[in-house]
Amino acid sequence: MTAETVIGAVGRQAEFRTCQYTGLKVDAGAQALIKANAVAAVVFLAIGGLMGLLVALTRWPAVHLLPADWFYLILTGHGANVLLFWIIFFEIAVLYFASAVLLNCRLATPKLAWLGFVLMVVGALMTNVTVLQGDSSVMFTSYPPMQAKPNFYLGLVLFAVGALIGCGIFFATLVIAKEEGTYEGSMPLVTFGALTAAIIAVFTIASGAIILVPAWLWSLGLISDLDPLMYKVVWWAMGHSSQQINVSAHVSLWYLTGALLVGAKPLSEKVSRTAFLMYILFLQLASAHHLLAEPGLDASWKIVNTSYMMYLAVMGSMIHGLTVPGSIEAAQRRNGFNRGVFEWLRKAPWGHPAFAGMFLSLIFFGFIGGISGVVLGTEQLNVLMHNTIYVPGHFHGTVVAGTTLAFMGATYLVLPLIFQREIIWPKLAKIQPYLFGVGAAGISLFMMGAGTLGVARRHWDITFTDANLSFAYSAGAFLMMGLNGIFAVIAALGGITYVLVVVGTVLFGEKIKGGHKLTFPLHSGGGATASHYGSEGTIKLPGTIILVAIFFVCFVLYYFINWKYLSELWLFR
Amino acid sequence: MAATPPEQRIWWNEPIERVELVWIFIAFLWGLFMFCFMIAWHFIGQQNLSKEAYRIVPSAYEQKVEKFAKQFQVREEQGIPVVKPKPGEDVYLLARLWQWWPVLELEKGQSYRIHLSSIDWMHGFSLQPTNINISVYPGYEHIISLTPTESGQFGIVCNEFCGIGHHTMTGKIYVTDKKQAEAGQRLAEQR
Ligand code: HEM
Ligand SMILES: [Cu+2]
Ligand SMILES: [Cu+2]
Repeated sequence: MTAETVIGAVGRQAEFRTCQYTGLKVDAGAQALIKANAVAAVVFLAIGGLMGLLVALTRWPAVHLLPADWFYLILTGHGANVLLFWIIFFEIAVLYFASAVLLNCRLATPKLAWLGFVLMVVGALMTNVTVLQGDSSVMFTSYPPMQAKPNFYLGLVLFAVGALIGCGIFFATLVIAKEEGTYEGSMPLVTFGALTAAIIAVFTIASGAIILVPAWLWSLGLISDLDPLMYKVVWWAMGHSSQQINVSAHVSLWYLTGALLVGAKPLSEKVSRTAFLMYILFLQLASAHHLLAEPGLDASWKIVNTSYMMYLAVMGSMIHGLTVPGSIEAAQRRNGFNRGVFEWLRKAPWGHPAFAGMFLSLIFFGFIGGISGVVLGTEQLNVLMHNTIYVPGHFHGTVVAGTTLAFMGATYLVLPLIFQREIIWPKLAKIQPYLFGVGAAGISLFMMGAGTLGVARRHWDITFTDANLSFAYSAGAFLMMGLNGIFAVIAALGGITYVLVVVGTVLFGEKIKGGHKLTFPLHSGGGATASHYGSEGTIKLPGTIILVAIFFVCFVLYYFINWKYLSELWLFR
Repeated sequence: MAATPPEQRIWWNEPIERVELVWIFIAFLWGLFMFCFMIAWHFIGQQNLSKEAYRIVPSAYEQKVEKFAKQFQVREEQGIPVVKPKPGEDVYLLARLWQWWPVLELEKGQSYRIHLSSIDWMHGFSLQPTNINISVYPGYEHIISLTPTESGQFGIVCNEFCGIGHHTMTGKIYVTDKKQAEAGQRLAEQR
């Protein structure tokens, strides 16, 4: 038996077209699947994003939109739709793109891939319907002993199985590409990054099964008891590593965008690939940083597992934080923007929404999501903001201003290259990443601000009107929540613009034919002038060095400010 | 390009750029420093979460709290006992749908062994405006030695979602200055 028969792909005659802009061979089967997954992603982003707006408007004290039961219901739906459904559908599209398209290969078993897609859609709908029926407002984390209806868990399990099939197709496609020799040498860096994401996804989904299947049986009454602490440990083995998937996926897209738009090539393949590898190797064990404020866990366990001695996964991201802008600077300097320290950056294609989305995502992910994440994940500092709205502030910096914005940017490449439609309303498309980026950065920062002042997360009424014992947060906290509301509206406008442009383009965009000039063009062959070894060989990167230095200073300052703040607390041992 | 296979087939032999090397080194040292600083804080810092915790049946914990409240109750507030334990003593706080029970009165500068547990769902002990946040589980009794460093009136908020009444779940801690406390005592004795 050859690998062919094992994979079950015998005899499929793939239909290929050649992309006129990149020269890549695109399998029609892969193309259809990428389209389907991307469309599903956008649909769930639209639903989940709207829910996010409703949540933020309720948490804006002056507006306080929804009643309490609806608030908790919609918040549960928001988390599930955006964090799971939007992101993972899009990631499946990325996996198919990075394997079949980038490797000029046919996709393994598209039929099975469609089955996976259907499972994901059914699962996502099932969970949504269950949440909307009420009685399942348990938040997407669903910590026991709080219990949702069985279909809530079942939907998530089905969705996860579908996603697992998607990962399998990705691996199989890599095998086929290797066997059929559709590319030379090693796989491209972007595919390598996607491979990291897929490997982590397998681990993630396994943990998900270990915890969600018992939870499902428990809600059916077949298991009598779930230990809440044990549940939380395993749940976060899924919940945290799925964030590592997001990071791998969006960093891959950063590299892809740099390559397609300015002709960037990695400074050194070795360093960038090692940095991806670190995500796999140093995926924190059982995601200890979600358990820093829990009873009975040993300090040395926490310290070792949040940091594995020296924060090696963080180091992976810090490396990409240099090599991504570094490769762009090097490419731009080769492109002739060589004056001064920052001409390369000023003259970057800021009017191209894919570039704008990518670069803003890079900045926000590092400065907001990254720094706050390390601080939040520090053993003692965690006590300052555990379960406050600082936590959603932090992860809107990673997963909204970082991942979501990067995915939005990448969409402006997918639309012309895969959907083969010219982007409708280019003016709107141009401002979209800025609008969403500013909104997302704003909600992240203001939620962090409010959390620093103590405001609880997942909380309907910070005035405590109905509480027996009264309590009042400071005026500053209310101000922060109000500002959060305002920036939520901006983010929502950015989100709506995105959905409009995507839907408009998919349905009504001009079909792209041979010889068509793109409104938002790709870079033409800057790679040709690249030097042989890492691009820097001949080029200095002062701009990137300054950017990275600013980042590092912010990081160190913010880190110590929080220790200062901690030292002023009551004493506890 | 990152979207195409590496230009050099043997890419792992390429030399690494100097900027990259320097940055990797800095990131490595910084990570190492942050790791060591967490350990150091256990020696130089006064804020470290205790790991002392025991498994306990929720109803047994409830009984302990009730006994404690009866023993040290000094007055009542909104139908909830206000309890003033002796400094250094064990103090029991109960989380349940939807209140923190009882109200505590502590002395500034004195250390107390605070027991935390829930008798139903998970809750979040969030002491405000001080901003100390600890998860509270049913079935686990968590003990921390807490020393208030300021006097006044403090709120306990629940910051772990615990159902439809979550936003009404509050508690209270009064912290008195030592002198103030003694004056109060004298007053009480005179009466
Ligand atoms: C229009 C854009 C968005 C707005 C205005 C928004 C706003 C919010 C707000 C205000 C909260 C509630 C915090 C709380 O009460 O605890 C929240 C929670 C959350 N958001 Fe968003 N968000 C947006 C987009 C997104 C996206 C794109 C993602 C993921 C990719 C996301 C992921 C989450 C998650 C996971 C939670 C936590 C839910 C929970 O606590 O169970 N949000 N969001
Ligand atoms: Cu509670
Ligand atoms: Cu609560």
